[in-house]
Amino acid sequence: MNLLELLGYFNYWVFAIVLTVGLYTVIAKINLVKKLIGLSIFQSAVFLMYITMDKVEGGTAPIIQKGMENQVFSNPLPQVLILTAIVVGVSTLALGLAIVVRIFEAYGTIEEDEILDAD
Amino acid sequence: MSADLAILLAICVPLATAVGIQLAGRISDNLREAVTLAGAATLAWVVWGMLPALFAGERPALTLGELLPGIAIAFEVEPLGMLFAALASGLWIINSIYSIGYMRGNREKKQTRFYTCFALALAATMGIAFAGNLLTLFLCYELLTLSTYPLVSHKGDEATVRSARVYLGILLCTSIGLFLPAIIWTYHVAGTGDFIAGGILAGKIAGADVGLLLALFVFGVGKAAVMPVHRWLPAAMVAPTPVSALLHAVAVVKAGVFSITKIIVYVFGVDFLFATPSSGWLVYAAAFTIIAASLIALRQTNLKRLLAYSTVAQLSYVVMAAAVLKPLAEIGAAIHMVAHAFGKITLFFAAGAIYTAAHKTELNQLYGIGRRMPWTMAAFTIGALSMIGVPPTGGFVSKWYILAGAFQAENLLAIFTIIGSTVLNAAYFLPIIFMAWFADERPGGPEHGEAPPLVVLALVLTALLTLGFFFFNGPVIALEQQLVGGMAQ
Amino acid sequence: MDLTPHLPVLQVVVPLLSSPLLLLLRPRGLAWAGAAAVALLSFAIALNMALAVAAGIQFSYAVGGWEPPYGIALSVDAFSALILLIVTGAGAIAILAGKPSVDREIDAERQPLFYSAWILAMAGLTGIALSADAFNIFVFMEISSLASYVLIAGGPDRRALPAVFKYLIMGTIGATFYLIGVGLVYMMTGTLNLADMEARIGGVTDINPLLVAAGFITIGLALKAAVFPLHVWLPNAYTHAPHMITVFLAACATKVAIYVLLRFDFFVFQANLDRHDVQFSLFLMPLALLGILVASAVAMFEGHIKRLLAMSSVAQIGYIMLGASFITEAGLTASALHMFNHALAKGGLFLAIAGLACHYGDLRLARLAGAARSMPWTAAALVVCGFSLVGIPGTAGFVSKWLLLDAALDEGRFAAVLVGVILVSSLMALAYVWRIVETLYFKPAAQDVATPTGEAPLPLLLAAWLAAIANIGFGLFPQFPLELCSAAAELLLGHTL
Repeated sequence: MNLLELLGYFNYWVFAIVLTVGLYTVIAKINLVKKLIGLSIFQSAVFLMYITMDKVEGGTAPIIQKGMENQVFSNPLPQVLILTAIVVGVSTLALGLAIVVRIFEAYGTIEEDEILDAD
Repeated sequence: MSADLAILLAICVPLATAVGIQLAGRISDNLREAVTLAGAATLAWVVWGMLPALFAGERPALTLGELLPGIAIAFEVEPLGMLFAALASGLWIINSIYSIGYMRGNREKKQTRFYTCFALALAATMGIAFAGNLLTLFLCYELLTLSTYPLVSHKGDEATVRSARVYLGILLCTSIGLFLPAIIWTYHVAGTGDFIAGGILAGKIAGADVGLLLALFVFGVGKAAVMPVHRWLPAAMVAPTPVSALLHAVAVVKAGVFSITKIIVYVFGVDFLFATPSSGWLVYAAAFTIIAASLIALRQTNLKRLLAYSTVAQLSYVVMAAAVLKPLAEIGAAIHMVAHAFGKITLFFAAGAIYTAAHKTELNQLYGIGRRMPWTMAAFTIGALSMIGVPPTGGFVSKWYILAGAFQAENLLAIFTIIGSTVLNAAYFLPIIFMAWFADERPGGPEHGEAPPLVVLALVLTALLTLGFFFFNGPVIALEQQLVGGMAQ
Repeated sequence: MDLTPHLPVLQVVVPLLSSPLLLLLRPRGLAWAGAAAVALLSFAIALNMALAVAAGIQFSYAVGGWEPPYGIALSVDAFSALILLIVTGAGAIAILAGKPSVDREIDAERQPLFYSAWILAMAGLTGIALSADAFNIFVFMEISSLASYVLIAGGPDRRALPAVFKYLIMGTIGATFYLIGVGLVYMMTGTLNLADMEARIGGVTDINPLLVAAGFITIGLALKAAVFPLHVWLPNAYTHAPHMITVFLAACATKVAIYVLLRFDFFVFQANLDRHDVQFSLFLMPLALLGILVASAVAMFEGHIKRLLAMSSVAQIGYIMLGASFITEAGLTASALHMFNHALAKGGLFLAIAGLACHYGDLRLARLAGAARSMPWTAAALVVCGFSLVGIPGTAGFVSKWLLLDAALDEGRFAAVLVGVILVSSLMALAYVWRIVETLYFKPAAQDVATPTGEAPLPLLLAAWLAAIANIGFGLFPQFPLELCSAAAELLLGHTL
């Protein structure tokens, strides 16, 4: 496989790297907010993957208008899916932050090790 | 009364008695004990009422429902189970009389729980006796273990609870760890677990697997107390004496050897096992248990523990008799269950009577006690003679049959084991009898007389049964001959 | 009008739409009544469908009349009917009986929110079981998960907060893994409909992405299902959740994830990927065996009764996975039945514990000593369900363990090991359940613990006994669940080569 072919998968490489960065952050950080940031990065990588795969060479946004019926469109389905997934991701993040707030109220800290020590 | 109904009643009567005892226990003690006695009498009437049908060669059966396809909860009455059920239900009456005397005499606490669990244990025993397949047997076997735990731990102090945990631990671990896989293995290869005359495993399994499966069954049925899974029986001696008497001399331990005999006769098939060399180890295991348990009994100083080890040895007589795999020996196994039951329950009753009257539990406290408690010690003597196998007691009859079976099989090991253990039995029972009757009482002991009348009544009755079984054993043997009807001579 | 063909959509729409409406029911007790009505209605729908499926009817429903593979499809077969029964049954019982417990733990003004989230969680779980579409499964999974996070964190115990945070992180990672897997499969097949996927996946020439997809999906769902060693979120979440939520989640949450796992692996991959069955077995069987042994061992030495049972849940998930990893009809039947029976046993146990918790503030075993003396009925129900968990004959647990052992004996050279592990773990289960029995019945009460003034509140007691009786009833007469389970097993295997 030569360099060009590798570069042809550029988006997927980015997907893999962003995914790993996110996962690493979730695992390695002990600050709960940083963990949530990691989680968001991790999810964003998946959005990128879906958006990449729906791209059709030379395709345009899949909006049917008069006079454009024969145009090549990108696949609309993954875009719709990822809109849903983004909503899910945002809700998860919101809930996660809400829990962090409550943890701060209950424990006075958002560092994982200090929370473990408190109980 | 139809026979199906009788089977259902045999299981439901003790259950109903248990409920009745719970309710009556809130009103008055007398009512509670009346319920117990009435339940015991009804059960005996129901069970003994099935005898004529059995003598006529019938096999009443009842299927409650299918658990899984081909695996049912089913009951079937056959000679061996009939004998066991008749024995347990008959002795429950006598034991109830004794319990009332004993529990009141010792002012035990939680008597309602005691009588309730006792009735539950009897229900499980009836289920074991009449089980029509391995699964039903296993179900009732576990129920019996669980329902006897509160009885063993009755006293409730730390040491008792520890012993009760040993009791429960060994019985449940062996049954789940060994008995259950053996049952599933049997269902798996034979496609059924029904008890069918002639066995269901012939041709389905061969070679070393037969010996292995037999081992899973024998050690899985921990209640048969074949060494090394005998430890629970001495541990169970912390229970009140009526429990030791009915459950750990009759119901529970006999459930063990009964199950093994039944499995050998109806699951493996005697002829199939006899033709399979890998099953030969069982005689050795039983012989070892007999001799080893007798030797341990020699060294005991506590009367109930001595009786417990004597029970371990006597149980292996039954296992060995069944493992000799000859018709006369199978009959011997069946009637030894009866003979030993009468003898050992008498001995335990006597031990309990001594405890109630004098609070003595150790052997060295028994000098000259025969003069203070003549009835008790006379019964004890009869029971002990039956254990040794001296005529005219029931123990002689069963030993005769087992020996005859051993000769039939030309099994020298079995013959010598029986002779050797007879000597050992004499060696640990005769000194007690001598001490009790002919030695002088040690000074400074407590003043006491005979035990409460109900207690004495019960143990005299069982002593008479022990003697009576020597003379009137015809019907039992006739019944058990059906067991070996189609067997090769 | 005959509603029968519309049952699948009603099953999910009824709770989904009533969930926001519950928020409006401010006056005291009304939210509970509304939630109970919705849960009962859902249960009635599920029961109806299960009976119909047992009679041989298969439901497939195109939402809004848009035919699959373009529209949103719902389908109900024996397997999903079983899961729906578990989910709605657990939900209905827990909500109906749980009022006294919830009243103790949740402030009156927050109760409408709480019940609304609960019904939403139930809607999500039923949605997962109904969907015939891989992406909808993801959406419903997240709906149910988000709602469960809220529920677990809703109690008065502050330790629930870190626990739920961990659950949220791990749950989201699991769901995202699943999403990656689905994306890869979509890339190769161009469809999200499970049936369509199965049909098209055979034509894919480059199977590497599919293998990666299978890996992502299996691991993601294993995380959600708390398959050992991905179970670390579970013990604390169950231990510190409000008691009734523990009842609900322990009975059904992980099982739904296992359901999706089996469905994906058997329906979509099994038939089409060469040697997928071997990989599936080799991956899951050792994990299942390890999980059974390790979790049981931990449970034996656990001092908190809820955490003890949570660890036991991890072990039971091991049994379910073990049966599935045989890839035989007997094994899958045992697995499916064990899902049902474990829901009965664990649900009953946690109901009884919720009852105990009404009198005991601290649920460590040492503090519960002697509880049976003042609460004999509650303790007795707990013991019956505990015996079912061990698999004592005569209880439901025994039937599924029997089937599992029977299936294990077919496994050739591994049979002895498998049977050994199952039996050893049964003995371990016996040990930890017996510790509970001994504590409740035979130990003297701790000095500084106030003696309870009476039994558990009546609804809880009745529900616990209902579960106990069901454990015995389905132990003696298991025909109905067994029929569903063997139909489910046949269905799963029908899609393999």
